[in-house]
Amino acid sequence: MPIQVLMPALSPTMEKGNLAKWLKKEGETIKSGDVIAEIETDKATMEVEATDEGTLGKILIPEGTADVAVNTPIATILADGESAADLAKAPAPAKPAAEAPPAKAEAPAPKSAAPSAPQAVAEPDPEVPAGTEMVKQTVRDALRDAMAEEMRRDADVFVMGEEVAEYQGAYKVTQGLLQEFGAKRVIDTPITEHGFAGIGVGAAMAGLKPIVEFMTFNFAMQAMDQIINSAAKTLYMSGGQMGCSIVFRGPNGAAARVAAQHSQDYSSWYSHIPGLKVIAPYSAADAKGLLKAAIRDPNPVIFLENEVLYGHTGEVPKLDDYVIPIGKARIVRSGSHVTIISWSNGMTYALKAADELAKDGIEAEVIDLRTLRPMDTETIINSVKKTGRAVTVEEGWAQSGVGAEIAARIMEHAFDYLDAPVTRVSGKDVPMPYAANLEKLALPSAAEVVEAAKAVCYR
Amino acid sequence: MAAPKKAAASAPQDKTNGGSPPEFTREQELKALRDMLLIRRFEEKAGQLYGMGAIGGFCHLYIGQEAVVVGMQMALKDGDQVITGYRDHGHMLATGMEANGVMAELTGRRGGYSKGKGGSMHMFSVEKKFYGGHGIVGAQVSLGAGLAFANHYRGNDNVAVTYFGDGAANQGQVYESFNMAELWKLPVIFVIENNRYAMGTAVSRASAQQDFSKRGLSFNIPGHQVDGMDVRAVKAAADEAVAWCRAGKGPVILEMQTYRYRGHSMSDPAKYRTREEVEKVRHDQDPIEQVRNRLLAAKVSEQDLKAIDAEVRDIVNASADFAQHDPEPDAAELWTDVYR
Repeated sequence: MPIQVLMPALSPTMEKGNLAKWLKKEGETIKSGDVIAEIETDKATMEVEATDEGTLGKILIPEGTADVAVNTPIATILADGESAADLAKAPAPAKPAAEAPPAKAEAPAPKSAAPSAPQAVAEPDPEVPAGTEMVKQTVRDALRDAMAEEMRRDADVFVMGEEVAEYQGAYKVTQGLLQEFGAKRVIDTPITEHGFAGIGVGAAMAGLKPIVEFMTFNFAMQAMDQIINSAAKTLYMSGGQMGCSIVFRGPNGAAARVAAQHSQDYSSWYSHIPGLKVIAPYSAADAKGLLKAAIRDPNPVIFLENEVLYGHTGEVPKLDDYVIPIGKARIVRSGSHVTIISWSNGMTYALKAADELAKDGIEAEVIDLRTLRPMDTETIINSVKKTGRAVTVEEGWAQSGVGAEIAARIMEHAFDYLDAPVTRVSGKDVPMPYAANLEKLALPSAAEVVEAAKAVCYR
Repeated sequence: MAAPKKAAASAPQDKTNGGSPPEFTREQELKALRDMLLIRRFEEKAGQLYGMGAIGGFCHLYIGQEAVVVGMQMALKDGDQVITGYRDHGHMLATGMEANGVMAELTGRRGGYSKGKGGSMHMFSVEKKFYGGHGIVGAQVSLGAGLAFANHYRGNDNVAVTYFGDGAANQGQVYESFNMAELWKLPVIFVIENNRYAMGTAVSRASAQQDFSKRGLSFNIPGHQVDGMDVRAVKAAADEAVAWCRAGKGPVILEMQTYRYRGHSMSDPAKYRTREEVEKVRHDQDPIEQVRNRLLAAKVSEQDLKAIDAEVRDIVNASADFAQHDPEPDAAELWTDVYR
């Protein structure tokens, strides 16, 4: 029976990719370990190795095909003694050709790749003039453009971190920056978070404007002392004489199938610290406008991106200088029955839940906080005064989490308006498990948000 | 001492007290004496005020180590930066910061360099290129490499002098910084002030490699051991290190062999070393006495030396007076300077 070669995943979060090139022709003999094709995503390129021996029977996906979903059959291999006639037989059970595991436990439907935010009832962005042309862009490219624009604007801005230059970014966020700005301003560091965070802060104290990329914020734990004790506190300790304008950025929060040390949300950790500003955007437009604002800000800014969101596409206003003020939440969807508050990837659950709730006649108002510190209490409170009910959604743990802070503020400022207790939907109180089913259980879900929203509406 | 050269297996390990360092001119001797005396008298006064309860928290005195910062400073030029840990009063005075502002910070008053919000361990002067004053042991080493990074980025020839102690020299980020400093040829002088004790732990009890000039060997950073009690030796080592950095050759390590007479902080139990040990260093090696004796031998009059003493005492007494009478910060200052 012919063996199917499936589209492999390059990373745990990959859902689709391009079939760049076939290196073997139909009818060619294939040995185990032969490179038969090259696939690529916007992030990386990988060779597909054969794990079976035989003859390349039929190429099912021609080279140059874009957006091939992971696990799609791309070719068949005929075992010894089989001929092209055998191709008509029912395919063998699917088995990926490459080492990389499929992105999800359940094979995603081909079109489910790169989900975009539900667009229903989106509120117009007050920062964008009416009639502005919008371009479709991934969060990843929006972040890159933000850095490139600010680097063109200010020679004191530079990027440093692991693999930001020649590798083009571990998650390809800094793609092309080395080519445009050169090695002086796009600097590959050794694997040495504590050290390069300190060097970044020192350079900022001397007046430069570093963008320090952490490959993920999990590794920034090694640099925590420099971020908090040196970056956040020096302005105060110097009586206002010496601060530092610096951005620490990189992916934060749960990735997929990487277990507890590589999958954690640091939102509440950083938002605890006076002296830091903390931004965690969800949409591509916000990623761009807020990163530009962060780079210009004279204070240390923690810019929490999300690996799962990098490939998401959104509408980004085509403006010469699109800068979004730090500290302003955005009402992404208006409604009158319950307020759902989230940020970053939590918005994925919040918006899906709002769609579900609408089917049951519950109109949820969804607020994307965008900035966690300073927190836009006013927008939250005004909404809760209208709805009388609130649900917070975060991937981080509930204890001492951002949701806990939001709940406290609502209690302080809108207690008399509440018709139900504020409810938190959060990551479960366990380290992130590896197994696909457990990981899914550990994270919040749209269903949990729906349930919480119904509960506070007494439905 | 030998010129700094690329340290391979045979990194220069010369002890400058083996040979005699270059003589100072009379002017240099007088300046060194005056600057070291200012630090000593200032610190003595700070110790007194601490005992009176006018200074709170931690207070780490620099007495005994004065030659290190004074000698280093004599080799610097405008625009060169200085950064250190928490034993920082001497460094501030040496960079030209006002005694009033430093002492008033110690007493937590509004006229202090940080408006009373930083205290003994956290003072800064952008004007004097003094970048602190850092309370976390070893943090200043990465920060200092960052100051040097800024010089390198801007293409100027300034040098960042980064001080830390024998205790901090065991912190991991020190070596992360050594690696990047050499990799990127950053103009930074790592001055390891080896005063023989990290708090109460003798170097021999904490350090596998007690020759700190060798601590950069695996990064190819040249290192030198310097008699940190002889201001001339410090200045000579600094001159060469500064020239090395300005020429774009990367970092240098200077191990300053020095000694602190006082406790680690004011609350030191002094159980880890003998009184005799301290007395012997004071008697045999005191950096200020060395200069004074040379000046007397060179026929400078007692009268002239007393005049310097008097000038320094006036500055210190005035600072103590200011620091005790300056008002505390306005309550509104609680909320300022968190962001800008």
